[in-house]
Amino acid sequence: MTSPLHQKIKVTGPVVVTANRLTDGAVIYRTASGQWTTELPGAAVVTTSDAAMALLTAARAEGVRVVDAYVAPVDLSHGKPRPGNLRERIRAAGPTIRLPAPEAANVHVCA
Amino acid sequence: MQLIKGGRIVEDGFARVADDAPVPDRLPVIVPAARFLAEADAFAAREAPTGVVWPNDRRVAELAPYLDRLALVGLVFPVFRDGRAFSQARLLRERHGFRGELRATGQVLRDQFLFMLRAGFDAFEVTKDADAAAFAQAARRYSVFYQPTGDGRVTARASRVGRPARDSLERDSLL
Amino acid sequence: MYVHDAFDRRLIAERVEEFRDQVRRRLSGELNEDEFKLLRLLNGVYLQLHAYMLRIGIPYGTLSSAQLRMLAHVARRYDRGYGHFTTRQNIQFHWIKLEDLPDAMADLARVGLHGIQTSGNSVRNVTTDQWAGVAPDEIEDPRVWAEVVRQHVTLHPEFTFMPRKFKIAVGTAAHDRAALRIHDLALRLHRNEAGEAGFEVMVGGGLGRTPFLAKTIKQFLPKHDVLSYVEAVLRTYNQFGRRDNAWKARIKILVHDLGAEAFGREVEQEWQSIKDGALALDDAAVAEIAARFRYPDYERLADDPVELKEARAGDRRFETWHRSAVARHRLPGYAIVTLSLKAEGETPGDATAAQMDAIADLADRYSSGEIRVGHEQNLALPHVRQQDLYPLWRALDAIGVATPNVGLVSDIIACPGLDYCSLANARSIPIAQDLSRRFRDGDLARDLGRLHINISGCINACGHHHVGHIGILGVEKNGEEYYQVTIGGRADEEAELGQLIGPAVPYGEVANVVEDIVAAYVELRERPGEIFIDTVKRIGIEPFKERVHATH
Ligand code: SF4
Repeated sequence: MTSPLHQKIKVTGPVVVTANRLTDGAVIYRTASGQWTTELPGAAVVTTSDAAMALLTAARAEGVRVVDAYVAPVDLSHGKPRPGNLRERIRAAGPTIRLPAPEAANVHVCA
Repeated sequence: MQLIKGGRIVEDGFARVADDAPVPDRLPVIVPAARFLAEADAFAAREAPTGVVWPNDRRVAELAPYLDRLALVGLVFPVFRDGRAFSQARLLRERHGFRGELRATGQVLRDQFLFMLRAGFDAFEVTKDADAAAFAQAARRYSVFYQPTGDGRVTARASRVGRPARDSLERDSLL
Repeated sequence: MYVHDAFDRRLIAERVEEFRDQVRRRLSGELNEDEFKLLRLLNGVYLQLHAYMLRIGIPYGTLSSAQLRMLAHVARRYDRGYGHFTTRQNIQFHWIKLEDLPDAMADLARVGLHGIQTSGNSVRNVTTDQWAGVAPDEIEDPRVWAEVVRQHVTLHPEFTFMPRKFKIAVGTAAHDRAALRIHDLALRLHRNEAGEAGFEVMVGGGLGRTPFLAKTIKQFLPKHDVLSYVEAVLRTYNQFGRRDNAWKARIKILVHDLGAEAFGREVEQEWQSIKDGALALDDAAVAEIAARFRYPDYERLADDPVELKEARAGDRRFETWHRSAVARHRLPGYAIVTLSLKAEGETPGDATAAQMDAIADLADRYSSGEIRVGHEQNLALPHVRQQDLYPLWRALDAIGVATPNVGLVSDIIACPGLDYCSLANARSIPIAQDLSRRFRDGDLARDLGRLHINISGCINACGHHHVGHIGILGVEKNGEEYYQVTIGGRADEEAELGQLIGPAVPYGEVANVVEDIVAAYVELRERPGEIFIDTVKRIGIEPFKERVHATH
């Protein structure tokens, strides 16, 4: 669930700000330069409540391009940030189940 | 905020009077429900029209005895998603026969204009100016109505009865 | 099949244009997300974990082959080549882009399909028995009444912003295949002592955090009063349902707080003022709707034709499937065929575009172009000649929808869960897949007999876990997926809510617990024919609890 804006954010470890892109719902992360990326390793990672709040406030100010920005935990134990919980892992990597293969008809076949 | 009446943006002829403010004698006013009920006789004796804003958690039946002396009833949409006033509006129009101005107040957006018209509202305090400008278009958004309400729009059911479902319809509807 | 007329089609087309305009206003910033969310939900558009989701209602579960082909087209063109059938006669596409939604909706509108009121605090898709019109035990076709109600509540100016969602189901058969008593409002057609048909009206059912079975507030409502009565119920709820707390906003809470009797009196009083007004139905209005349900030109046939007898005797796999998937039709020589969307290791309720197209073709060839969608997340062909069953089975088998497990332990109902859903606590689908592998042995499953497993990824209960014979609910404990297991629930005319069998177990233990429950049942049943749910009813849940505790 997203954390309501008025709440003070409790930050106990490294976090990023994530959201869904308005046009297609894709998972995106806030970068240090105030942009958005679909790649978690490119996200700005912060570790204090104030820094997280600042990142979130800036992200939410962009009401048109993004939906439901919130603070999510990441795991830095392997260097680059990785999702900090199962929900975020699924958001980053997609469903944990095998999806139907794209149809042969849609694949361009060269003779 | 803009006021729409008769399908057009108009000046509001009514002044809002708070609970404890003096009531100007010759001006149309809108007062809160509690004050109206407390001073109903005094309001009836006024020369100028009186309106009341009725909260959405109070039965409109309570207002029924006073309706003939009220020029306006304002119903409230505290937020867009709170649709209690739709029921109140229909009851006022269709059960209690209120003929005066029925005004939608609160968060009033374009996407509900047609529902509000169908429920019996005829005046709208519109939150966004762009929505007020788009009123006429929004009011024409649909031409098919399944439910009979007091607004008199002809329903699909009324139009259909007596007309057999035609085979041509069947063919193209099944594509 | 319901034949849409010009009115129905124009309304849907107008809706698509309205939504196109709303999307445009959202993308330009004229609408903020709070405003837009309410509007998109009223069109069945959710934002999930990875993408938008579009939910299309399939009124009373009846689809034409042209409609199913259009669903396949939308899956291919705008999504990832598959769709997910839900427990409420809907289909969901999980990967759709906001920008593409108006076009996808315009395509769907060409065959009369739409997502209007498949979400939001409105009256949802009106559901009924998936065997409507062909079941031997029904009084009359419930779809006529479902359609009468559906039209009335579609874009209803008074009831589109209610306290919470509102689900209506209609049933007319002796056996309840529409899960009536878990609905906000259920209409059950039955006959009174004078032999006239009328509705028993039940209100306040629902699952979720506070599950309730619906209570009867009117024993016999004349059929022609159905709209005014529904209006009275909705008006009472719209005005007095709680709006301060989303968890307490469903009508079930209002009915519970007031008591069913007091709620019924309030409705009755409202109804008395409107029953003789514009909503009273006359025969012509009902006949007009009824006339637009078309039935095949049935042939005069006899049961058990020689082709069927020979195939059943000669092909064991066919015989096994026949016992599982073929049900009696109201006419001799015909059959209702269930298509299992529960193949081993697959996602319950998912169908690929290729499968949908193939099923549409088979429906044209063998079922008068008609397909049904049931709340168990399977499909059905309702008008199959018994003499065609063997070739039909071979074709179904070839596309993977002839798993002979209908109604058995591996015919699992599961919501999308944490793999897709932003509200989820835990995953549902992998649990279902794991269980379907554990119970892959068809002989064992048949020996166990009827056994429904239902899985929900959170307390919203889209997988109807409360009414599963075995119910599995995903919860979260310290960031890990845990699952509560209940037994003894059922959704039919003897509806019951399941009871907890013990503390929640972690993801990896769920299948073991279910296996233990099943093993306990095999030991405890009186005889092989006593089905699981009857054993639980006879001896209670304690013996099962003991068994499960002993091993975990
Ligand atoms: S039950 Fe919960 S997790 Fe499953 S689909 Fe419904 S809301 Fe999502």
